[in-house]
Amino acid sequence: MMDAPLLPLFILLTSLLAAPVLFALPERAAKLRTAINLGMAALKVALVAWLSLKVSEGVIYDLRFAVLPGLEFKLQADPLAILFIALSAVLWLITTVYSVGYLEHGPHRARFFGFFSLCVAATVGIAMSGNLFTFLVFYELLTLATYPLVIHRGNAEALRAGRIYLIYTLAGGLVLMLGTLALWVLAGSTDFVAGGMLADLAAANPLAAQLLFVVLIGALGIKAALVPFHAWLPIAMVAPAPVSALLHAVAVVKAGAFGIMRVVYEVFGIDTAQALGVTAPLAALAAVTILYGSLKAITQDDIKKRLAYSTVSQVSYITLGVALASPIAAVGALAHLIHQGLMKITMFMAAGNLAEGLGVKRVSQMNGVGRAMPGTMLAFTLAALAMIGLPPLAGFVSKWYLAQGGLDAGHGWVIAVLLGSSLLNAVYFLPMLHRAWFRDAAPDGAGAPGHPRIGWMLAAPPVTTAVLVLVAGSFASAPFSPLEWTRFIVAIEYQE
Amino acid sequence: MTPDMIYGAAGIAVFGIGLVGALCAQDRLRRVLALKLCSVGAGFLLLVGAWREPPGTPDPVPHALVITGIVVMVSATAVALALIRRLHSLEAEDER
Amino acid sequence: MSVDLSPVMLSIFLPLFGAIVAFMLPRAAGAIGLATLALTTGAVIALARDVLINGAAILPLGGWGAPLGIDLRADGLSVAMLGLSCAVGLLVSLSALSSLRGPEDARQRQYFWPLWLLLLTGMNGVYLSTDIFNLYVMIEVIALAAVGLTVLSGTTAAVRAGLEYMYASILGALLFLMGVGFIYLQLGRLDFAGLAEAEPTGALIAAIALMFVGLALKTALFPLHFWLPAAHANASAPASALLSGLVVKAALYIVLRLAQHMPFPSETFLTLVGVMGAGAVIWGSIQALRAERLKLLVAWSTVAQIGLIFVAFARAGEQGLSESWKAAALLILAHGVAKAAMFLAAGRIKDEIGHDVIRDLDRAPIRPTLAQFTFALAAISLIGLPPSLGFIGKWALMEGAMAAGYWHWVGVTMAGTLLSVAYFSRVFAGFLRFDRVRAPVGEHQGWALADAAPLTLAMMAIALGLMAAPLLGFLEIGYALGEAK
Repeated sequence: MMDAPLLPLFILLTSLLAAPVLFALPERAAKLRTAINLGMAALKVALVAWLSLKVSEGVIYDLRFAVLPGLEFKLQADPLAILFIALSAVLWLITTVYSVGYLEHGPHRARFFGFFSLCVAATVGIAMSGNLFTFLVFYELLTLATYPLVIHRGNAEALRAGRIYLIYTLAGGLVLMLGTLALWVLAGSTDFVAGGMLADLAAANPLAAQLLFVVLIGALGIKAALVPFHAWLPIAMVAPAPVSALLHAVAVVKAGAFGIMRVVYEVFGIDTAQALGVTAPLAALAAVTILYGSLKAITQDDIKKRLAYSTVSQVSYITLGVALASPIAAVGALAHLIHQGLMKITMFMAAGNLAEGLGVKRVSQMNGVGRAMPGTMLAFTLAALAMIGLPPLAGFVSKWYLAQGGLDAGHGWVIAVLLGSSLLNAVYFLPMLHRAWFRDAAPDGAGAPGHPRIGWMLAAPPVTTAVLVLVAGSFASAPFSPLEWTRFIVAIEYQE
Repeated sequence: MTPDMIYGAAGIAVFGIGLVGALCAQDRLRRVLALKLCSVGAGFLLLVGAWREPPGTPDPVPHALVITGIVVMVSATAVALALIRRLHSLEAEDER
Repeated sequence: MSVDLSPVMLSIFLPLFGAIVAFMLPRAAGAIGLATLALTTGAVIALARDVLINGAAILPLGGWGAPLGIDLRADGLSVAMLGLSCAVGLLVSLSALSSLRGPEDARQRQYFWPLWLLLLTGMNGVYLSTDIFNLYVMIEVIALAAVGLTVLSGTTAAVRAGLEYMYASILGALLFLMGVGFIYLQLGRLDFAGLAEAEPTGALIAAIALMFVGLALKTALFPLHFWLPAAHANASAPASALLSGLVVKAALYIVLRLAQHMPFPSETFLTLVGVMGAGAVIWGSIQALRAERLKLLVAWSTVAQIGLIFVAFARAGEQGLSESWKAAALLILAHGVAKAAMFLAAGRIKDEIGHDVIRDLDRAPIRPTLAQFTFALAAISLIGLPPSLGFIGKWALMEGAMAAGYWHWVGVTMAGTLLSVAYFSRVFAGFLRFDRVRAPVGEHQGWALADAAPLTLAMMAIALGLMAAPLLGFLEIGYALGEAK
């Protein structure tokens, strides 16, 4: 097979170069825009598939050039990067279809899709960053590209949310810059190295290393919505549904969680981090976030807010799995990176369909919506049950590994947290399902059955991702399934 | 006290007087004149550098510098005066 | 005597010649101006090539040589600054051609080109000078031309601001001259090499401090910045772009040169410079947060950004001064490009929607998308977000401060960054809010060819960040003069 050392660059460019073209297209050129969007998204999926194949064969991709003396801009494609790129590439394709349907007659589509592309480019860049400096570059690009999407509606509420979003994420970016600089000054390198590279520093100056850990994780924790930095996420709910899907499943919170993984595994190294005594507090913080997010979700009547708090909780599963410092928990964490994305994107697209087709935006309006939009609600139900952790769905697989990892690492309390969280998940999701399927719609309420007019571009994406949720859970042991790929990664990270 | 000390001190003093005027004067024309004083003071100081104990000949370089400085300052003054006149007529127009 | 047409000479005398011709032939001023700019740019490119191959170039004027005669010297830093003034100048000129087109601009058109070419002469002269008296003459030339550009729009506010600027500028130059006088009294020579060899006596430091105050006045370092906001905000858009992007850089460049060559003053002196810079960052940002008009906000942000560049000088301590000028140089280049783009974009926005009141930007049914996009790109570089050159400059600044253990300067830089996000996001909100407009708002309005120049500048500000390593390598060419001390 042909060897293409620039493959990672091409994957980045599919969305990076699409952006200026999309900006420049006139508003009425809808067909051409859709063609470019879908064409580039499909091309990206194909290239990522090719890349994964090559990487699994052991090909090493490494592109770099110096930005300042010694400081490199570096792209690499390791298995961990592949995991995240594959997620974002597949979900980008699906979300693009959904967005085209969602914004069919809305304003400012040129701007929307331009920034949408930039956002995916940033995510891919984050995934393939070979050092923390490059990571920082794309991390900030992600913030800049998502801000116009968050305030897409252009009203006072959206701008207020946008301002809060910008303050949180740019402050996070600035702290990350501080941390990266400190790492550069202290260690002389910001490279991601399997097994970590700070063992010497941690031995010589444990206090500095601990402080560095706090700064870096704090900065990344803002995007990952760790308590107490989570407040922006529910507020950012004013964004259009496809943007929410992007924020919660594909890009932003994932970028934070992914960054935490890189920092713990490949900057500090799991052994060094454990020796510094910083993993246990991180695990505790993640546990608090898991329970807090779930508790807050129960009290929300707004569907998207409930889902947002659920994200706060669910993303911290990933952090928990990383912080437990056990290979089995790591498998759970990495698998959850994918599984949570699939589940959450399904739910947000379903929620968007409810709002578009029936005008239903609150849990209390959901009576009887299952009969009005059976396909959408079936997808939602599947994703909700997976979140709760019903076997054999995707969420169960990640929770199972996390629990085992907790036992393996000697943290029995993790089981209690996971059980408690699952219980709380049930408390906030089951009433929604009950209303949707078993209650009659109010005769003249917002959810009155009729013929909801949503096109296939809105209806098909959540069903597709719901099927993926089912497949990822049921065939977890198949080759190239998220779980199998995850094992491959963990074998690398825990090699030493 | 040698002559160069006297000239130097005078130059610094003139510069100082001009500086106070440039910072404190309200009237636009006065401020221009104060700046002129500053330039005279600076010129004095440069000329001190040319002075040599009598048998020696004076250093020509500072003279060249001072002449250049005077030329520069003349043009600056002209621009400032032109601006002041322009502003006067503009303000008179605005009042009408 | 043979006429030496080396690129060093050409880059000073071409603009001077062009200024005279443009003044005599006002009808063809635009064409002459653009042609001069193109030729000068060609000369600078030739010079850059020469410096890249052969290292720093020295040209004794009139064949006398230092310390008595006038030497012109082009090293990496000089050529980078020449490149800045030519690249920014060329694009601003293109933009001026289209923005000064109407019949009501006839007077502006007539004087803009001679003044601007004279300004270029002065700036290029500064960048090639090697003695401090020559610098004095050149900064006076710059001052006269810059004041002329400030008052060009002819409004009462502009003339008033221009007069204030004139006072500040002359006073600054005279303080500098006084410092020159003191140095001549002590050393008997005025060239950089002589300065670099001198012992740092108290009197010499005092002379340098005097020169520094004069330069601080010219470059509007807090608290001597009082003249800048009104002058830059009331000038016409191309003039503002030149004033903010290029003119203040000339004085900054002299500070940079002095920092390279002067004997180390004292830690206290540097700390004082840093405190003034920090004051500028805070005060400029606060005023930018309160500004009601777009151009005033941009002008106040210049005050803040200049403060940051002085923080870059202050952050390194004794052994670091020979390193810290690099961060300052990167920031100077980054600010020059990005601020010119931003002022041009602000001018375009004002042209399209008819006003530049920030609060009412979102009431306009017309959104000049491309100009807004340009403004945002320039803001990214000014805030210091990756991968722009502004980011690399901030990175270098903070890296040096951190390595030297000066955490307070790291804190100031971070505070300045956050504040700049706050004041620029006021503008973004005006661009992106739509519920206060009655009429439907579409995309792609107000696109014009005039957007091309500012957009190019803004993209340069971003892209140069990726080329920082070769740029830094180029800046270091010929720095050996400073190492002699």
